[in-house]
Amino acid sequence: MSESGFPSTAVPSSARVVVIGAGIVGNCLVGHLARLGWTDMVLLDKGPLPNPGGSTGHASNFIFPVDHNKEMALLGVQSANQYRDVERSVDSGGIEVARTQERMDEFDRRMTSAKAWGVEAEMLTPAQVKELVPFINDEVILGGFHCPSVSVVDSLDTGTLFRNEAIEKTGLQVFANTEVLDVETEDEPATGLQKVTAVVTDKGRIEAEYVVVACGVWSNRIANMAGATIPLVPAVHQMADVGPMDVLAETQSEISYPIVRDMDTFCYERQSSGSMEVGSYAHRPILHHPDDIPSNDEAALSPTEMPFTPDDFDQQMEEAIELMDMLGDAEIKYAINGLLSLTPDAMPCLGETTEVRNLWSAAAVWVKEGPGMAQVVAEWMTYGYPRVIDAHGADIARFYDHERNEDHIWSRAEEHFNKTYGIVHPAEQWENRRNLQVSPLFERQEALDAFFFQARTWERPQWYGSNADLVERYGVKEREVEWDNRWWSPITVGEHLNMRENCGVVDLSAFQIFELSGPGAVEFADFLCVNKISAPGRSTYTPWLTPDGGFHSDLTMHRMSEDVVNVVTGVFDGGRDLAWIKKYMPKDGSVTVTDRTLETSTLGVWGPNAPAVVAKLTDADLSHEGSPYGSLREVKLRVAGGEIDATLFRISYVGDSGWEIYVAWDDAVKLWDALMEAGSDLGIRATGGGVYGTSGRLEKGYRLQGAELESEYNPLEAGLARPKVKSADFIGKDAYLAARAAGDPEVLMCTLTVEDQTDSQGRTRWMQGGNEPICDMDGNTIFDSHGRVSRVTTAGYGPSVGKLILMAYLPAALAEPGTNLQVMYMNEFFPVTVVGTDGPFDPTDSRLKG
Amino acid sequence: MRVLVCVKRVPAPGAKINITDDGQAVDATNLGHTMSPHEECALELAVQLVEAHGGESHVLTLGVAEADEQCRWAASIGVTKATLVDVGTMGWDPQRTATALTDAIRSIEEADGPFDVIIFGNESADTGGFQVGIRTARALDRPMVNAIKGVSISDDGATLEAQREIDSGMEVYRLPMPCAIGVKEGITWPRYPTMRGRLASKKLAVDVAGSDAAPGGQTMVRLNRPEETVSETVILGEGAAAAPAVVELLKELGLWS
Amino acid sequence: MSVLVVVEHDRGAMADASLEAFVFARSIADQLGEPVEALLIGADAAGLADVCAAHGAVAVHHAPIAGDYGPEAYGMVIASLAPVLSPSGIVACGTDRGNEVLAHAAAELDLPFVANCVAVTAADEWELTRVQWGGSLNEEARLTSTLPIVSVAHHAVDAEEASAGATANVMEHIVELPEWASRSLIQDRVVLSEGLTLATAPIVVGGGRGVGSAEGFDVLEALAAKLGGVVGCSRAVTNNGWRPHSDQVGQTGTRIAPQLYIACGISGAIQHWVGAKAAKKILAINTDPAANMVVKADYAVIGDLFEVLPAIEQG
Repeated sequence: MSESGFPSTAVPSSARVVVIGAGIVGNCLVGHLARLGWTDMVLLDKGPLPNPGGSTGHASNFIFPVDHNKEMALLGVQSANQYRDVERSVDSGGIEVARTQERMDEFDRRMTSAKAWGVEAEMLTPAQVKELVPFINDEVILGGFHCPSVSVVDSLDTGTLFRNEAIEKTGLQVFANTEVLDVETEDEPATGLQKVTAVVTDKGRIEAEYVVVACGVWSNRIANMAGATIPLVPAVHQMADVGPMDVLAETQSEISYPIVRDMDTFCYERQSSGSMEVGSYAHRPILHHPDDIPSNDEAALSPTEMPFTPDDFDQQMEEAIELMDMLGDAEIKYAINGLLSLTPDAMPCLGETTEVRNLWSAAAVWVKEGPGMAQVVAEWMTYGYPRVIDAHGADIARFYDHERNEDHIWSRAEEHFNKTYGIVHPAEQWENRRNLQVSPLFERQEALDAFFFQARTWERPQWYGSNADLVERYGVKEREVEWDNRWWSPITVGEHLNMRENCGVVDLSAFQIFELSGPGAVEFADFLCVNKISAPGRSTYTPWLTPDGGFHSDLTMHRMSEDVVNVVTGVFDGGRDLAWIKKYMPKDGSVTVTDRTLETSTLGVWGPNAPAVVAKLTDADLSHEGSPYGSLREVKLRVAGGEIDATLFRISYVGDSGWEIYVAWDDAVKLWDALMEAGSDLGIRATGGGVYGTSGRLEKGYRLQGAELESEYNPLEAGLARPKVKSADFIGKDAYLAARAAGDPEVLMCTLTVEDQTDSQGRTRWMQGGNEPICDMDGNTIFDSHGRVSRVTTAGYGPSVGKLILMAYLPAALAEPGTNLQVMYMNEFFPVTVVGTDGPFDPTDSRLKG
Repeated sequence: MRVLVCVKRVPAPGAKINITDDGQAVDATNLGHTMSPHEECALELAVQLVEAHGGESHVLTLGVAEADEQCRWAASIGVTKATLVDVGTMGWDPQRTATALTDAIRSIEEADGPFDVIIFGNESADTGGFQVGIRTARALDRPMVNAIKGVSISDDGATLEAQREIDSGMEVYRLPMPCAIGVKEGITWPRYPTMRGRLASKKLAVDVAGSDAAPGGQTMVRLNRPEETVSETVILGEGAAAAPAVVELLKELGLWS
Repeated sequence: MSVLVVVEHDRGAMADASLEAFVFARSIADQLGEPVEALLIGADAAGLADVCAAHGAVAVHHAPIAGDYGPEAYGMVIASLAPVLSPSGIVACGTDRGNEVLAHAAAELDLPFVANCVAVTAADEWELTRVQWGGSLNEEARLTSTLPIVSVAHHAVDAEEASAGATANVMEHIVELPEWASRSLIQDRVVLSEGLTLATAPIVVGGGRGVGSAEGFDVLEALAAKLGGVVGCSRAVTNNGWRPHSDQVGQTGTRIAPQLYIACGISGAIQHWVGAKAAKKILAINTDPAANMVVKADYAVIGDLFEVLPAIEQG
């Protein structure tokens, strides 16, 4: 009798790590954990091996390495290379073909992203496409985007190899056909969270320190067993295998022709030996509940290969035949409604769940990024943060409660499914599930015809239609090309210039505010951040570092009193920051964390007239002596019907003097009305996020977490290092000290201005801040020794300097003011000049002091 | 040659068959629907006979409106006419089904002329009543043999030679045409629809008929799952090293000489 | 009154399946307190009367019609004799012939016919349990009929030993068949194999997807030859074109009942299992210890069939 694997064999009673799910992700994860030195691991799957019946088993297994999103692009390349490392990959090449001019424009954008990520790519004429794919109908296409490094991989075999590596290195125990019945937890002190303790299976109970859910489409169901959520939904991707066809069979190989993505019909054609696999993202969204997925026994093919619904595919067939006539007469040998995972925002769910300590998610990952994403999770578990890349976009902690329910997941998945091959603008807004979370000023803003952008669940005015007169006043023009103009308004320029001239009021109620209180609050607050927590009555603007010394966050921390520190952070980072607080907070009860977001509303008032406006509401000393930069002042403000309590925080993210004013949620309308009244003869205007988040901050070169600030960069590179390092310990201190000791940083965050925005067709173009590469004068992409590329992290027009401003990390030698470089946008080069590490507007900060 | 093929819409076989809570039907949620495997071969035979001898093929089914899907499948591989007897349920007993099919065939034949061959599957994949084809053929006075795995038409077109697979070979029947046969999987290698076939099948006009046939004497009460005796598997060993234990077992069973 | 067994034979050779029909008929007759009688059709079946008696038929009715088997002729014989013999029920085994003949008879009599039963409660109305989905499911059914006609699912009951020394009480019945009834007689036979077949071999060596190719079956053939068995296969194998359909074991292929079934590289899908489960013993050889076939088998070897089979063959 053997020791392992027999049907009756019981699982071990304990293990350090239990990974649930032996698809591409779970397998690669145990392999990467083994490489990082982990031992005492168990891998479970409810299905048989090597194909347990999840999405990996029917994946189309090809990788297009170009994506506009940095995480997806670089982890795609990383994954492709890992498949190559185990020799389970063929570089078939791939061609995306366009049937519309809009798609051809998108290819220009893809050429730009290819340039940024260092991926070889070229544009093809229809005739050139036909040379590579002789059976294509070149009359229905306008051109192609060709990527020779597109690869086809064997994900099942790769998974087996990673799993076997873990077995050999660490004695990983693998149990197939083992169903998880429960994931047990216990209370974690102080945080209100649960902590994972054990996995109960049909073959016994395993006590576990760590549990990783890598269960693909079943992930949320397994997480729910522990009281956690992994917001994803199983969705259908239809595919059909048609053949055989002589022209393919003659190749005597799995794949000899480039994969063709018929982008405008949302379909692909991929050779699979003598047949062609036709896959579609064009059909209606078809979502399933995990409980509706059959078991391995109940499934005719496999649980995730559901019965084909041909009516949904007919349109794609017609289009496929139009592109490749030979497909019409080949037999449809195999056709499925294959399941894959969709999330509310089309990004994966990685990292520790926010509800259950040591319960990790490695889910909503497709084959094309599986090995890379598995590496991210393995490093995260090992080092406390991923090293291969900043993964904030995939961090499961990004989701707020509103984003974790079925209504939201389904609605968003339905909305973005057909955008899988879509042309998605960097600023694209969602249509469904709006107004989930609105400011107390929402009605006031609607009355001013606000155009809202949704930041995760929060609605924030991007500009106000009521300010249209400012466009005329300042002579602002629309942008010439629709793409540049999309999700943008000239009003935002008007609002900017008015603020610089008079005064603007910005609703910041979406700020996420977490109160740390208790005898250990200040000490803990100091442990979180690089800069020193101030005395009561002052605030600290500071990075939070990862253990490796990169940026986890960048925010302000208000010392409200002896034992209270308020963490004020942006809405895109609130979930991650709260999880971070709970992860590191003392478990002895000395610190309590309380979410005050919905109790506090914040209004920013800035501009040369801001002091005069605020002075009308209070007798407090608003001078720089009475209300110095960085100070917090408790004041009474006069509003209609009496006074309200407020905290004035002297700060500016836009380059003009003024305050963030914190008031009770219910007082926000009173304050708004009072400010508008007080500023009515001082030019006050409601001012949107376009000024606050882009033009105002860009003119000053202020950095933004998630754009300029990522875990791959440290404060020295970002230009946010202070002269001294505090004595208290803090997360990432050792790494930070080492970086300081290492001397001058290799790259520096810089501001650049575009010197000529005219393209080859004589049109004025506007970079979007979508990772456009900064290139040298020979057109070469600029990489540093870590492989980090110089790319645009934010772009925006600076109305007060009259130039389009870009931010990017540049090698120190190129960071000199006046250096001439180029930026690529839509596959064309535009000249840029380095301004320096600060912004071009008011370099002496005279306006903040005035 | 005019060929009729009769098919039944059934939940796709190939997986564990679940029963609805009330025990009245198979829970087909996860299965999708198809026609019985024998009938896929019957359909292919019908198309091949017309390809070889000219004429017209016609598909007939009885059941629910959704059986339109099976008619179109048939059309997608080459059948050109279809009739669906919509009785709103898949639950008709064999006698009632045969009566309704008989009526339907009579009216088709009245309109379009008699069929030379009527092809059934040997038995349906689900209820497996083993009689609908025979009853229908008898009612239409057509010779009928079941379990056929080979067919040829005589040169004069008067006789259909049908082969039935038995243990040691084949039995040969020669049926005067017009006739009926029940065929088994293996008689043909069913083709899959082509994309063009699928698209063309959407244009097929499916004749929908009803039926007032009376119930027969067999009534289903409920479905249940037979108890499976689960015996602990005795593991004889791993790999080649297990061979002696296997030989020992064969000796024990008296099967080793 | 009696329960009448329609005896299946081929040119005078009793089919083993008939013995199952006798056992099943006995279980019904006992409920009714009636005897079992047998019906032999065909002149060539005359010699089977004593065997019927040995299996409990108190009377043997013989219709000595001329010629080889024909479903319509046989069905018409039953339909003609039913009013004469007026049995309480008619039973045959649910083989190709058994089901076919009863269906023809029932059609002629305009009576219901229930195929492939596994249990009967005989009263005024018979309550039956029959198989659906090739044996994956059971159906409980009610039968309303003046003359219940049922077949017993093949391999659902075990045949019993014949009792020694029984002598038949034979009654001959001359049945005049209409001319048309002869149109579907067997006209010819093609002998394809003289030796063992899937249905009769004491050992079947079956191969599934795990065999990997047509050539892969060589090792199965070798072992089958050594053990005096034959090779079978799963539906996946015939679908891949590695073996002819006649080798297929399962719901839509052959149902086997050997002494030992050696299932090699077969995962054990339900459609295969229902065709193999009547085997007395099952030995699964599979690399996956969790394969359905391994779990359901009596014995298993975990390993690569290409290593295991040659090792067995060499003893």
